[in-house]
Amino acid sequence: MSQDFLTIAGRQFRSRLFVGTGKFASNQIMRQAIDASESEVVTVALRRVNLDAPQDDMLASIDISRILLLPNTAGARSAEEAIRLARYARSAGCPNWIKLEVTPDPRYLLPDPIETLKAAEILVKEGFIVLPYINADPILCKHLEEAGCATVMPLGSPIGSNKGIKTRENLQIIIEQAKVPVIVDAGLGAPSHAAEAMEMGADAVLVNTAIAVAGNPVAMARAFAKGTQAGREAYLAALAPESSIAEASSPLAGLMWS
Amino acid sequence: MYSDVFKTINQGELLHWIENSTAADVQRALGKEKLDVRDFIALISPSADEFLPKIAEKARQLTVQRFGRTILMYAPLYVSNYCTNACVYCGFNHGNDVGRVCLTFDEVEQEAAAIAAEGFRHLLLVSGEDERYCDTPYLAAVAKQLKPRFSSIGVEVQPLSTEDYSTLVENGVDALTIYQETYEQNLYKHVHPGGKKSRFAWRLDTPDRGAQAGMRKIGIGVLLGLGNFRLDAANVALHAQYLMKNYWRTQVSVSFPRLREAAGGYQPNDPVSDKDLFKIICAFRLFTVDAVLVLSTRESAKFRDLVFPYGVTQMSAGSRTNPGGYTNAESIAEVQFHIEDDRTPDEVAKTLAKHGYEAVWKDWDKLLA
Ligand code: SF4
Repeated sequence: MSQDFLTIAGRQFRSRLFVGTGKFASNQIMRQAIDASESEVVTVALRRVNLDAPQDDMLASIDISRILLLPNTAGARSAEEAIRLARYARSAGCPNWIKLEVTPDPRYLLPDPIETLKAAEILVKEGFIVLPYINADPILCKHLEEAGCATVMPLGSPIGSNKGIKTRENLQIIIEQAKVPVIVDAGLGAPSHAAEAMEMGADAVLVNTAIAVAGNPVAMARAFAKGTQAGREAYLAALAPESSIAEASSPLAGLMWS
Repeated sequence: MYSDVFKTINQGELLHWIENSTAADVQRALGKEKLDVRDFIALISPSADEFLPKIAEKARQLTVQRFGRTILMYAPLYVSNYCTNACVYCGFNHGNDVGRVCLTFDEVEQEAAAIAAEGFRHLLLVSGEDERYCDTPYLAAVAKQLKPRFSSIGVEVQPLSTEDYSTLVENGVDALTIYQETYEQNLYKHVHPGGKKSRFAWRLDTPDRGAQAGMRKIGIGVLLGLGNFRLDAANVALHAQYLMKNYWRTQVSVSFPRLREAAGGYQPNDPVSDKDLFKIICAFRLFTVDAVLVLSTRESAKFRDLVFPYGVTQMSAGSRTNPGGYTNAESIAEVQFHIEDDRTPDEVAKTLAKHGYEAVWKDWDKLLA
């Protein structure tokens, strides 16, 4: 398993669990949870940080020698706003990776496919490594891939809902067709959901709420790390097919004439 | 516009539910994922008392799930207490003989610097309603001047036209707060006897105008206790629901100001107890799952510390309710109301941390405005 790296835009990651930073009770708990998750990609909402004075806030809690800080454009309602935030992050010294989120609806935070594609096309041209958060729409994924996005990040269910994978049919098509890594983002509420996504063949998962608001966020981060890894190992081991008919575990044993 | 929708709401029917909600109604509401206004009323009715622990726990869990263990901090900046209105319950009522001030741009700067030094990046500009002192060009200039210091600027001022709100949005204002005070039309007339504020429908349609002008966040509410508080709360719930449906890009927030003692000495008709306010907050969380719920320094430290986990997502701290109050101890300006929680913002943040919550000072960015 030691060779099983996730590669995005030429960068290799050992961990396939990405962690979000919103909703934690304190920066200290957030840092401990990130450590326990062994995650190497941590997303941060640009609207939450003071890029002018990064020492002031959560950015200072993250060890960037080990972890890729992935700024996200949460709060942007349009392509224009997302692009503005991305450019600002880069000019303030962030790496040119951007998790593109365009969510005009502040209630369910569902992504706007049209504005996301528009922003992705422009940001890719400007040299950004773009990881777009989207609904589980296979055709949109192909468009984003053609636009040059480094990954696609379809949702399992609405952000913060903890409902797990409600978009299974479409996710399967996305995973089957994708030429870029597929990262299941949003809605994963339990380590078993992360395992399920990984068993399906997703390349990685992103979790925020389920860790941040757990009774013990640090222990839950560890559990998600294990769930993600178990799912990955199961996928690599090739799951036995499901069957609704009971089969003898050793088929030959049932052959009466032998 | 909401005034047209409002006409179609049968207030008598709401009152009927208010008077007849039973324990069974409360239980039904508790079992549902999507509540209707009848469920909301059941949750704030006396019948809800015996279920309070269950209701509160559900509200707490939903809040943590949707908003995490975080509370957004904001501060009001009173720029003017001149007012042409005659609201019988308010210290700024033009008939009251109180000290009046409208801040100069220099004074605004000093006040803003003091607020920013406490850590705040979310600011609410508040004024009385007198356009001779505090008109749209003045507010736009203030917003423009303050924008570099703050991530988000809201206004709580006289109702403006859509064009005026657009001007404010262009100058960096992203949030609008406007309380209807009461949705009981006759009472509204009675307590707003003079000035422009007596126009019920103009005020009622203010959130529509703000949203149409591109305000990102719209705050509504009533002055709890002015009228029948259950009826008013139910109307706020319906208004919030309407706004969420019609302006799907706008975030809706709800505040819970209780009528406080002020110059003029007006007494509430229907006082709201701590328990009732607690029920109202929980009921809003269950009814409007995604709404921002705001608790100000009108409430005591003890009460705020007790109830905030059960629905509240935004709080003010260290507020001064008179123009110049942050920097000018000698200010002659009268306060609008007396605050109850007089802890410093830092003390409030530390208390939140003790409860396992993070005070968030910045959750917006000027690039998004
Ligand atoms: S409530 Fe507002 S409008 Fe009425 S008197 Fe007070 S400041 Fe003026």
